[in-house]
Amino acid sequence: MSEFVLDINGARIKVNAAADETLLSVLRNRLDLTGTKYGCGEGQCGACTVLLDGRATRSCMTPLSVASGAKIVTVEGLEQNGKLSNVQQAFLDEGAFQCGYCTSGMIMAATAFLREVHKPSDKQIVEAMNGNICRCGTYPRILEAIRRASHQSASGGSR
Amino acid sequence: MSLVDKRTGDAIAINADSDMRFLHRETPSLDRRDFLKGLGAGLLVALSGPSVWTQESGRSFGGHELPKELGAWIHIGANGQVSVFTGKVEVGQNIRTSLAQLVAEELRVPFDSITMVMGDTDLVPWDMGTFGSLSTPTMGPQLRNMAVTARQTLLEMAAKRWSADVARLSAAEGRITDPETSHSLGYGELTRGEKLVKTVPDDPVLTPAGDWKIAGTPVSKVQGREFVTGRHKFPSDITRPDMMLGAVLRPEGFNATIASLDTTAAEKIPGVKVIRDGGFIGVAAQEAPAAQRALTAIQAKWTVPEQPSNQGIFDYLKNHPDGHNEGPQHVSGSVTDVWAEAELKLEAQYTVEYIAHSPLEPRAAVAEWNDGKLTVWTGTQRPFGVRDELMQVFKLPPEKVRVIQPDMGSGYGGKHTGEAAIEAARLAKAVGKPVKVVWTRREEFTWAYFRPAGLIEIKAGAHTDGSLIAWEHHNYNSGPAAIGTPYAVPNQLIQFHPAKSPLRQGSYRGLASTANHFARESHMDAVAHAAGIDPLEFRLKNLTDPRLRAVFQAATDKFGWGKSKSVPERGFGLAGGIDKGGHVATCAEVEIDPATKRIRIRRVTQAWDSGAVVNPDGLRNQLTGAIVQGIGGALFEKILFADGKILNPRFAQYRVPRFKDTPAIEIVLIDRKDLPSAGAGETGLVGLAPAVANAIFAASGVRVRSMPLAAGSSDAREAGSSFLS
Repeated sequence: MSEFVLDINGARIKVNAAADETLLSVLRNRLDLTGTKYGCGEGQCGACTVLLDGRATRSCMTPLSVASGAKIVTVEGLEQNGKLSNVQQAFLDEGAFQCGYCTSGMIMAATAFLREVHKPSDKQIVEAMNGNICRCGTYPRILEAIRRASHQSASGGSR
Repeated sequence: MSLVDKRTGDAIAINADSDMRFLHRETPSLDRRDFLKGLGAGLLVALSGPSVWTQESGRSFGGHELPKELGAWIHIGANGQVSVFTGKVEVGQNIRTSLAQLVAEELRVPFDSITMVMGDTDLVPWDMGTFGSLSTPTMGPQLRNMAVTARQTLLEMAAKRWSADVARLSAAEGRITDPETSHSLGYGELTRGEKLVKTVPDDPVLTPAGDWKIAGTPVSKVQGREFVTGRHKFPSDITRPDMMLGAVLRPEGFNATIASLDTTAAEKIPGVKVIRDGGFIGVAAQEAPAAQRALTAIQAKWTVPEQPSNQGIFDYLKNHPDGHNEGPQHVSGSVTDVWAEAELKLEAQYTVEYIAHSPLEPRAAVAEWNDGKLTVWTGTQRPFGVRDELMQVFKLPPEKVRVIQPDMGSGYGGKHTGEAAIEAARLAKAVGKPVKVVWTRREEFTWAYFRPAGLIEIKAGAHTDGSLIAWEHHNYNSGPAAIGTPYAVPNQLIQFHPAKSPLRQGSYRGLASTANHFARESHMDAVAHAAGIDPLEFRLKNLTDPRLRAVFQAATDKFGWGKSKSVPERGFGLAGGIDKGGHVATCAEVEIDPATKRIRIRRVTQAWDSGAVVNPDGLRNQLTGAIVQGIGGALFEKILFADGKILNPRFAQYRVPRFKDTPAIEIVLIDRKDLPSAGAGETGLVGLAPAVANAIFAASGVRVRSMPLAAGSSDAREAGSSFLS
């Protein structure tokens, strides 16, 4: 066990844990940041996606030692002063969820993607999001939500 | 006022000040009583007597009698807020929203004033569970009945207060108004200071769907914001003070016995407790990594008996009937007698594999014991079923067990049981602290239950003009749901043959309806081709059901059926059917690379009729999801097993539909406002597989009669492409 300092959603948080504990476990079990979900534990489903220095990262496969050097953003950190991010708002507007369990990971993956690619084609979206599983099969609406968010970003909306 | 138990005719005396506990006579519960008291004054409307109730087709939940308790209730508080109590649960099918719409509609209150209290066994009336597409057709009318009664009661209260004729008063937006005097009072103001209970008459007059203003509209999912912000607490997100994390030692295979066990090393890990309780071996620790380390440190040797594998599974199922043969399920005329008269004869076998629900949230539970009372938060479609399981395991009366079901990471029929709840409760009891158990993906793939595999044999006889005269359909093991043909065939023999399944099996979205539709609609297609008749024309020729005809017509019109001919690179297929009140027709366009046999579903058009639509937005979401989920079973999902082990218990090995697998999807809704609303969670899934199989045949001339159709492509890395064998 060692002490790590994590930069999560703009706050510096001290965590006492083993270096090889996963970021997912730290977020969920030590910090009660449960918006980030467990789905498979091996990077196959995307439910645990967070941003590490802006990049979509599978927190279930990220050891604490790696995460401690990075700026971490979880789904809880997207909303600013009561205003949803473009991607969150687009998911809400499109009703792009059913049970909602994959939603956090979808939103984080889409957020990272849209920061890299501003006016993506459908093909690019599908390629970028293919690692995220929605067992309810809401893909068409999620695709639509990401399109919507990209249009808003392109037209000068915030984030 | 009094409440009459319709079964016994007993009057349950309740006056304005009486203890609410009597509302729940059979199993008085402190929490519920306190909760109802906590609701304070107001109007409580309850439904009594046996409620509309059916068993899930094909699978019974043995021993459960009709609910002895009240069916559901609605409370209108002094602040005008409406609380609706039901044992149904929200699993992503949007029932929390659509039931609230129905109540708001009949009660004449704004949608936002409704709070649905669901799936908490201490707070809501007994309910068998959420499955079989039953919530809309059964709970919907119950709640509407109560809401109408509540509205009528409020009208009468206002009439009395104003000494006005009740007939001239109107109820709207949560207020009663007298247009002559301009008197107006909110529901809350009317009930203030009173504590009233009203029972529901047998048949209050419901608002016709044609007049709906809130029901029937695309209201957004309630609490949607909670999901996009990550604030919603799913079962696996629940935490309790001082909670420990638990994990369970799993045997090496099914039906294994333990040969040796050494827990010394595990017990030495600081903060870890190892619990052995009969055959149950588990660990609990304050920190998740410690629990996992402890589990790995346990030295256990298992003896696993030889068991069947995928190899020869369909022969196995046919040759291992389960107990008594259930006999012909449906016979009309005689297939044998007319068989010689049929100029066209076609016999074939169809198979479906075991598949896994693999809900993205695996089984999870948090258990807590307080003064001998067990409370469990868990993801289940049957909170009361799980309560029964816990009562049995821990020998507790009902008032000592509370099961709470937070809206969960879905189930698809896969979360009827309480494994994680029992495990968490065992561990919590042993350590004297709350314990959370979240199954790993591997556990979910291995120790849950599967959609049954099945063998279906069909034999069809027709005249050369395409009129069917004989239809025989035998289903081994997969189940009887939608086994009967919707086509008008004078001579039929249709039978379900239960078998001894080597794998644990149970409910699944649509269950056997998918298998039976796959077989029947593939066979219909084959007979149509044999007769040289267009598959749509052939179906309509043999079909009298007007609603199924209408969805076939609607789907094919929208799809442009017949406008392009199938070619080797591109095929068009069609399928349809009826189950659980849903009428579906599905058209699929499939692309095949003749050289590589790579197959892609490009486009799906599905027409749907389940009576009056309660929420078109939610319904479209359900139907689209059903099609996408159906792609998995149709093209590539298959559980591999041998000797009591699951060989592909990971998403890397068990492929599920992804973005790249998703075709363009068009949904056509037929909103029959003149007909009762049926459920829509399941039957939207059944048309996809046969439509795709028929499209493959149209393109390639190859009739694939086993699901998944693209065998050998279960590798998750193949996402976006599947290959015909």
